[in-house]
Amino acid sequence: MAKGMREIKRSIKSKQNMKQITKAMEMVSAAKLKRAQNAALASRPYADKLREVVFSIAGGSGSVKHPMLQTREVKRTAYLVITSDRGLAGGLNTNLLRKLLITIREKHSSQDQYSVFVIGRKGRDFLRRRNIPIAQEVTGMTDSPTFADVKPIAAAAVQGFENGTYDELVLVYNEFRNAITQIPTLQKLLPLDASELGGAGGAKADYEYEPSAEEVLQVLLPKYAETLVFSALLDNKASEHGARMTAMGNATKNASKMIQQLTLTYNRARQAAITQEIAEIVGGANAQQ
Amino acid sequence: MSTLRLEIVTPERKVYEKDVNMVVVKGVAGELGILPNHIPLVTPLKIAPVKAKIDGKDEYMAVHGGFMEVRKDKVVILAEAAEQGQDIDVIRARQAKERAERRLADRSTEIDHKRAELALQRALSRITAAGGE
Repeated sequence: MAKGMREIKRSIKSKQNMKQITKAMEMVSAAKLKRAQNAALASRPYADKLREVVFSIAGGSGSVKHPMLQTREVKRTAYLVITSDRGLAGGLNTNLLRKLLITIREKHSSQDQYSVFVIGRKGRDFLRRRNIPIAQEVTGMTDSPTFADVKPIAAAAVQGFENGTYDELVLVYNEFRNAITQIPTLQKLLPLDASELGGAGGAKADYEYEPSAEEVLQVLLPKYAETLVFSALLDNKASEHGARMTAMGNATKNASKMIQQLTLTYNRARQAAITQEIAEIVGGANAQQ
Repeated sequence: MSTLRLEIVTPERKVYEKDVNMVVVKGVAGELGILPNHIPLVTPLKIAPVKAKIDGKDEYMAVHGGFMEVRKDKVVILAEAAEQGQDIDVIRARQAKERAERRLADRSTEIDHKRAELALQRALSRITAAGGE
């Protein structure tokens, strides 16, 4: 075997191994994506119903006042950032965190003006490296998160708004469009947009409230906000698996391409070696005559 | 006998969906019995079992807080967690109850106390829903 051929052969072998792994990861992600989408779908009735009732109270009577519906002057903003725990998902987390960082730099001049709640190891590590203050963190979320998993951090963020620690709560997550497209999104969660509430329209039932509309709203609004956080988390999970599936699909494709190219080089080298050998033999035979 | 549809929904899934004759719940303002053609109503719920009557038989669900929306022929209960009576692990609920009671007995901090009380309520609600006591 000529020199270089052994290396090429080894390189092909290693790419083949890599391809096997990425292929497996792609398929696993595809299965998980399906499950994440189902979970997102299953959570919809709850969120829709809650929204319907909240809207009908807030929009219906008009006179209902609640701190979560009122816009105050923004002195301090809380960001609730949802990222994944694991990488190898293309630019999913990077894009999201970069967008967050740009927003923070634009809007705030000092660290007292904002605070960050973070879900997911990737986001936590990123923010820690940059010395951004983290109010609370959750990592090690399973692939099918339950409401109980996010409840503490969501409740903490919402409470921070209620008691005036923060004047604005922004949700930062990847919105899931399809397996190829995920959109890094900054969504203002609190205060809830009163005009949006009022304009809900549609078929509104005239409810009786027990004990009173205000008190019902008091219970419902924090729940509603928490539910929105939960849906965002499920959305982000779906995005994560979608992004990983696409990234791994690309990796598999690239590996195939490289293997093809290397095989070509290998065959060329092999042929060159054979040709050379023949030339040597012929040369030797000629010399003997 | 006329019926109304009872739905219990949590953020994760729909726990219960059946036509029932009557729903009995514990709202924050007191116990309520809902029959078909009730006036539309919204009320938050306490942590307590929900009873559904179907053809003279009772079915219990443990509902942990949340709230109820009543319409003419439909009752929707939205809760963060809910279980049907037959799905409840009574032994675990009993253990939770004892744990909560122990915690209530030694009153060290305020927050612990509140949490233990809620845990106790949940455990009691579970046990009752499962037909334990």
